[in-house]
Amino acid sequence: MSAVTVPPKPVRRTRRLPRYVPWAVLAGSLALGALVSLLTGEVTVTGVVGFGAIVYVVAITVTSHVVEGARWAKDRLATTLVTAAFALATIPLISLVVLVVGNGVERLSWAFLNDDMVGIYGSMVEGGAFHAIIGTLLITGLASAVAIPLGLLTAIYLTEYATPGPLKRAITVLVDVMTGIPSIVAGLFAATLFMIVAGPQYKAGVIGAVALALLMTPVVVRSCEEMLRLVPNELREAAYALGVPKWLTVLKVVLRTAIAGITTGVMIAIARVIGETAPLLITVGIVANVNLNVWDGRMTTLPVYVYRQYAQGGASVDRAWAGALTLILIVMLLNLVARLVSKVFSPKGAR
Amino acid sequence: MARELTDTKEKPVSAVTGTETIRRGPAPGRVGNFVFKGLSSGAGILIVVLLGLVAGFLLYRAIPAITATRDQLEAVGFMRGESLLSYVLPLAFGTVLSSVIALVVAVPLSIGIALFISHYAPRRLAQGLGYLIDLLAAIPSVVFGLWGLSFLQPRVGPLFEWLSTNMGWFPPFSGYLGPAKNIAIASLVLAVMILPIITATIREVFLQTPRLHEEASLALGATRWEMIRQAVLPFGRSGIISAAMLGLGRALGETMAVLMVLAPGFLVNFYILRPGQHQSVAANIANQFPEASGLGADVLIATGLFLFVLTFVVNLAARWIINRRAEFSGAN
Repeated sequence: MSAVTVPPKPVRRTRRLPRYVPWAVLAGSLALGALVSLLTGEVTVTGVVGFGAIVYVVAITVTSHVVEGARWAKDRLATTLVTAAFALATIPLISLVVLVVGNGVERLSWAFLNDDMVGIYGSMVEGGAFHAIIGTLLITGLASAVAIPLGLLTAIYLTEYATPGPLKRAITVLVDVMTGIPSIVAGLFAATLFMIVAGPQYKAGVIGAVALALLMTPVVVRSCEEMLRLVPNELREAAYALGVPKWLTVLKVVLRTAIAGITTGVMIAIARVIGETAPLLITVGIVANVNLNVWDGRMTTLPVYVYRQYAQGGASVDRAWAGALTLILIVMLLNLVARLVSKVFSPKGAR
Repeated sequence: MARELTDTKEKPVSAVTGTETIRRGPAPGRVGNFVFKGLSSGAGILIVVLLGLVAGFLLYRAIPAITATRDQLEAVGFMRGESLLSYVLPLAFGTVLSSVIALVVAVPLSIGIALFISHYAPRRLAQGLGYLIDLLAAIPSVVFGLWGLSFLQPRVGPLFEWLSTNMGWFPPFSGYLGPAKNIAIASLVLAVMILPIITATIREVFLQTPRLHEEASLALGATRWEMIRQAVLPFGRSGIISAAMLGLGRALGETMAVLMVLAPGFLVNFYILRPGQHQSVAANIANQFPEASGLGADVLIATGLFLFVLTFVVNLAARWIINRRAEFSGAN
């Protein structure tokens, strides 16, 4: 070789900040935040974190700009802001849980769950939500009894029977749009329906159930459809090859494979409508006693109970918080059981 | 598909027993197939019919209010002698204003959260963090109302006051009057309520970003943020738009937060920090409908029909954008 090869110059590397620097800056910012809030007034968590966050954003960007250059400074700024957005979003969730548990746990007791509001007035601290819990369970149960079969059958139609065409497209789009129907409009529809069919004086839990069913059906369709699509086509073909009729294939192979996912979806749909307030407020109303007949008379439901008790003020506010805690516990329980079902019973190794 | 066996000329016969092996006659389960197919198609069609019924019944009851004369409407107590149009206008304005403010707050925040979950958080944590945000969607709206009144109200009050005293020259911020029962706080509660659906939609789109685009960008020396600007955001733009519209649809129809937090009024203005200026269609229905009867109920149903049409259009547009994107992106 005649030409002498020049060893390549080392590639210019950007100088990066060591890993500990952001944390050090964060600690410094929080300390500065504490100092600032001490100077301006009393020290609160909101103040320290608020000032600290602003100081941190400025400090880390400037430090990075000096050491690493403009591009990395921008990157650090973006990382900070994105993380801050997430942290900000957890504030409502955490504060809400702390607030409801803190205010509700005092009044929530066995007696509260087993007492209705008959003979409770003024500043009496007795009384409970038994009638409201019963009402919620009955109305949601009736709504589910309509919405689950309707939603499941529609999902089966969309995945197993429908051929691509205008009808399938229309149903898919309308189901999507239906998930966005305002709950108050669903309530108005149910109220109007029964006003016309049964006369304006008719008040019953079933009116609320119709409204809830209308809200629940599209959610059931969506989640069931998704689950049915996950069932591998090979299973269906294997069943057909054995001479199993289509309807039995759907019933015994497809549904049985997807049952865990469907159960999860249905329970999340129930959890979604069990907290609906507005449609029940304008249709079912409120009473003080237990009403077990969904076909006749006003009923109390838990969300409406919470709303009314809070609006009354005074001693009722405690009952409202206890009711809210009960409601959240029911919703969370449904969500939790739903997740467990999908975890435990979903087919192993399918994914 | 269960295929019917067609008759063949020669009967298949078992070599051992000499009897026919294939069952003749109609395919098994023909009745079951027919019934089951009928049931499921019926359910699908019923859903379409149901949506038509909703519009139909609302329209049927709204027509008396639309055609009513001025004198008839004056008899309705809560309308204070206004025509239907001038009654709906402030309500529609309040609804749109609160929803738009909620969107302005929620969309940037959602993009940040979605990015955090899809591209920043450690992979193992990402799913759990997504579930945490989804939990917000499970909280009943009445509980959000309680939260708005007893957590948010005392905390944003000082902020509003500061805004009003220091930036009061900007008309929308002028004239704050505590306690905070204005449209700004109602919009903040709405923003928290629509956060989960916007985040979930945007997150799905961000996760679909072609891996190769991201890696190509990083390989060219881009920082993470530059990669997001170059690969993730352009890919997800239509997803962000449709997510915002889905959130808008939710915010337009949300009742309880506005009903519980806002001190209502029937004015058309932009004083977002003053109480008693605005009211939304949904909250107004929830407020008046239990006591309304006759023509009063018809008027409220007419406003409900307006809300139905508005959210229907917004949701339809959002779905249209999503579907159009799905056809082009090829990321399915």
